[in-house]
Amino acid sequence: MYDFEFMKPSSLDEAVAALAEEDAQLLAGGQTLLPTMKQRLAMPSKLISLKDIPDFSYVKAEGDTLTIGGGTTHRQVSEEAESAFPGLASLAGRIGDPAVRNRGTIGGSLANNDPAACYPAAVLATGATVITNRREIPADEYFQGMFTTALDEGEIITAVRFPIPEASRYEKFAQPASRFPMVACFVAKMNGGVRVAVTGASEEGVFRWSEAEEALTATFSADALEGLAHPANGMISDIHGSGEYRAHLIGVMTKRAVLHLT
Amino acid sequence: MPKDGGIGASTKRREDVRFLTGTGRYTDDINLPGQAYVHFVRSDVAHGRIRSIDPSTAEGMPGVLKVFTSKDFEAAGGIPCGWQITSRDGSVMQEPKHPILAEGVVRHVGDPIAAIVAKSREQARDAAEALEIDIEELPAVMNMREALKDGAPQVHDSLDSNLCFDWGFVEENREAVDTAIREAAHVTTLELVNNRLIANPMEPRVAIGAYDMAADSHTLYTTSQNPHVIRLLMGAFVLNIPEHKLRVVAPDVGGGFGSKIYHYAEEAFCTYAAKVLRRPVKWTSSRSEAFMSDAHGRDHVTKIELALDADHNFTALRTETHANMGAYLSTFAPAVPTWLHGTLMAGNYRTPLVYVNVKAVFTNTVPVDAYRGAGRPEATFQLERVVDKAARELGIDPVELRRKNFITEFPYATPVAVEYDTGDYHATLDKVLEISDWAGFDARLEKSRARGKLRGIGLAHYIEACGIAPSNLVGQLGARAGLFESATVRVNATGGITVMTGSHSHGQGHATTFAQVVADMIGIDASQVEISHGDTANTPMGMGTYGSRSIAVGGSAMVKATEKIIAKARKIAAHMLEASADDIELKDGAFTVAGTDKSLNWGDVTLAAYVPHNYPLDEIEPGLEETAFYDPANFTFPSGAYVCEVEVDPETGKVEVQGFAAADDFGNVINPMIVEGQVQGGLAQGIGQALLEACAYDDDGQLLSASYMDYAMPRAYDFPMFKVDSSCRTPCTHNPLGVKGCGEAGAIGSPPAVVNAVIDALHRAGHEIPHIDMPMTPNRVWSAIHGGAGPDKDGETMEERSVGA
Ligand SMILES: Cc1cc2nc3c(=O)[nH]c(=O)nc-3n(C[C@H](O)[C@H](O)[C@H](O)COP(=O)(O)OP(=O)(O)OC[C@H]3O[C@@H](n4cnc5c(N)ncnc54)[C@H](O)[C@@H]3O)c2cc1C
Repeated sequence: MYDFEFMKPSSLDEAVAALAEEDAQLLAGGQTLLPTMKQRLAMPSKLISLKDIPDFSYVKAEGDTLTIGGGTTHRQVSEEAESAFPGLASLAGRIGDPAVRNRGTIGGSLANNDPAACYPAAVLATGATVITNRREIPADEYFQGMFTTALDEGEIITAVRFPIPEASRYEKFAQPASRFPMVACFVAKMNGGVRVAVTGASEEGVFRWSEAEEALTATFSADALEGLAHPANGMISDIHGSGEYRAHLIGVMTKRAVLHLT
Repeated sequence: MPKDGGIGASTKRREDVRFLTGTGRYTDDINLPGQAYVHFVRSDVAHGRIRSIDPSTAEGMPGVLKVFTSKDFEAAGGIPCGWQITSRDGSVMQEPKHPILAEGVVRHVGDPIAAIVAKSREQARDAAEALEIDIEELPAVMNMREALKDGAPQVHDSLDSNLCFDWGFVEENREAVDTAIREAAHVTTLELVNNRLIANPMEPRVAIGAYDMAADSHTLYTTSQNPHVIRLLMGAFVLNIPEHKLRVVAPDVGGGFGSKIYHYAEEAFCTYAAKVLRRPVKWTSSRSEAFMSDAHGRDHVTKIELALDADHNFTALRTETHANMGAYLSTFAPAVPTWLHGTLMAGNYRTPLVYVNVKAVFTNTVPVDAYRGAGRPEATFQLERVVDKAARELGIDPVELRRKNFITEFPYATPVAVEYDTGDYHATLDKVLEISDWAGFDARLEKSRARGKLRGIGLAHYIEACGIAPSNLVGQLGARAGLFESATVRVNATGGITVMTGSHSHGQGHATTFAQVVADMIGIDASQVEISHGDTANTPMGMGTYGSRSIAVGGSAMVKATEKIIAKARKIAAHMLEASADDIELKDGAFTVAGTDKSLNWGDVTLAAYVPHNYPLDEIEPGLEETAFYDPANFTFPSGAYVCEVEVDPETGKVEVQGFAAADDFGNVINPMIVEGQVQGGLAQGIGQALLEACAYDDDGQLLSASYMDYAMPRAYDFPMFKVDSSCRTPCTHNPLGVKGCGEAGAIGSPPAVVNAVIDALHRAGHEIPHIDMPMTPNRVWSAIHGGAGPDKDGETMEERSVGA
């Protein structure tokens, strides 16, 4: 690690002000940022911890929406979202291992937008809204490719607001080494139709599989997916899986999610 | 009734109290006053010529004490190789120099170029970034067959080619084997890869060098399996320090698996730099560094042919293996694919004719060395895969084919130059079929099918040569060292005992088992015996721990020394009891005159040895301390039978191990619980090799599996509960304890059992797939079933198969 300063502001305003400094960076659970710093791949001059910001860590169900504070850990979501939104709780409970879930946060995960991260699939599949200190960003606009989001410099994710689906399921096929998704699909049966988001597979990061969405909106059954195959072009190809294999897994994981719900 | 102490008792591991409460003392726990820290600047290209190194900026950075390059080591020797192999044509292997820091050329990603010593670790690292190194990248050669072609990039310009050696064994059998294969009723052929692995011990390597100016003596603290070997190799060959001026300490070591045998450049560096700088110099490997600088394991590409007659007797076996050495020769690398591999190619079978050809090749990869099993897993894997394939081709039961060809009479001289002293292969086979419920497989198959899963069952046998080794024999085979072991048994005045052993414990539980043996021999409680190891200053010269040799060789030395102790104590007791030594019996820690009730306790006699008031000083010396060196008469030959049962998800290709049973014959067993633990650990590594672990390079020599994000280590939840049995026992005939060794068995026997099970599952579902390379990742299995593309870098022909290509 390179030397850096550390601060722990006790209000959002203070954090926003501090973030204006050149090379200052937010620290949430540190599960992504700290390994990067240890490798000397990141060199923030100042780390701004979000731990002491009030009302930053909560899971609140109101009517048909569930709002989660930007600093809420995966563990908290896995426990507290269970009754209102079990599909999301189950996703959070399968991120990394207990140590990661006890520190890693939803805000950190979404800000980072790793092409194999879990949360982006749920956010995109439900059409959730990412709330920042400045604005509200709909999911369909938020994710802009691998490690790229709509967030501007100095913007902080304060919460995520999910419309609660009628039914939802996250099917994750783990990459054998990292246990991140090699391919994972989030199927959400929403009021206006079915949405399917895929993570881990594409070089462009999380995306919606529109053909499957149409087929499932017409008939919500595994049979409806029969004959649908996602093309392999644009899929990640690495030592763990070819693009063709990942494309195949999209079909399998989507089908399994639907089977789970029917 | 199981015993609660002594030989045969499952005594709890006494060392675990320290390890589990965080009071172990590992090398990184050692910090010496005034120590400085070294950071190695390593090559990020696989092959390149160093045009220039400009240290001026780095030298001026805060805290920097010195920037070292190869110029600082002109007087030092290269890192030595411990074994010399002779090629078929009678020439000795090509042996390139392995400098401490690169001399003009870098040959693999991770090859150290320069070393920066500073007052803090971070300062050294900061300076490393300021070091200006200009490297002209050269074409790298990763693939062994490519490396042997004319015009291939040369890893070492100083050598004739990239071929280290071309070994034939047994050369005299070559023609007879060719003839037998030509004339056989059936020949089964298989081409396979034994995947390159990275050992990944929990504790990364650490070295601390210290120099005492007043005494002109050096100390090296290091994470080694064999401190005396390091002292000998580094002192005599690299730094020219006589052994009485060099102390090597390997304290608690957190796993080795073979990767900590090698005398590494970093050890020599720290020892040397401490003298130059007149202050201790410490290096702690990061995990990233470990991936690219710890010796790797395996990496063989093999074609094997098994010939059978019309009655399904094995008549001949021929193999051709390309063995990757990496860019330099590590300590054991040349011995692994040759004497530790070729000599095991007969396996458990009566095959009369065997010929093994091994071409060892230099490539721009990290050097390989011994890795749990070293050569024997490679032999077992080929053999047990080809036997299974033969059974399938001939439509016969793989169990029966093995039974038919088992060796049943002992001693048995194989056609590959070793003599098995004892064994009972039918016994371990019967046992494993029983504990795996082989007969009940069909019912489990139905259940899997009902769940949409494929299910298969696989069997594998193994034999290994352990307890290395008879020194005179290995000397003829090219070993540059002896392979005896040593022990000093020091009895204290009040009867407590300290045993100084040349064996090294880095997870094996010697503190417990060795104490059980000595206590049992004397008849005292094990708490009276302490085991000390790992410091050349207070242990007799020993060769360390690898090759499942500690109880068979080190334990035997300890028994011999204890026998000397008992003989002397008996004489002292005889004097005190006014009887003849021949009439003195030692039982339960008491010396008794046979047939009388005249008796002395162990402590009475030991006290007399040190307070020799009433003592036969004209006949025997006072004191009670004996040393023994033991050189074995033969290898030991543990063997066993393993059964693996798997479920395969046909939609994803994911393999799940549903059951694993191991029946081993380790001869006599000192502590069954520790033995079971060793087998379980070995199974985890073997199944890890079969399903998960792969060291992968790209064509340019970049290490792709360079962290745990991409190198898949097995986790507890990847396994079912193993069924492990060591009740089949044919004691070794040539060592005093009748023991054979158990450390590597699990890693040797399991990979073929797993692959056989997966292939069986696919065949039962109508997929006639002859073989899938390890690791059998979901993508590979799915591709085998559906004919799709494998993961990146897959799907190449045999010609192209080798590490990373
Ligand atoms: C061993 C391991 C396994 C893992 N497995 C998985 C897995 O299976 N699935 C998965 O999805 N993830 C996995 N992760 C990643 C994990 O979920 C991380 O917690 C997450 O990606 C980052 O969250 P964090 O709170 O730790 O963020 P940090 O590491 O603290 O920060 C990450 C980035 O986000 C920025 N940031 C943090 N909070 C905010 C905010 N509120 N607003 C704006 N920017 C912010 C930071 O400045 C930084 O750039 C794993 C991590 C590890 C170490």
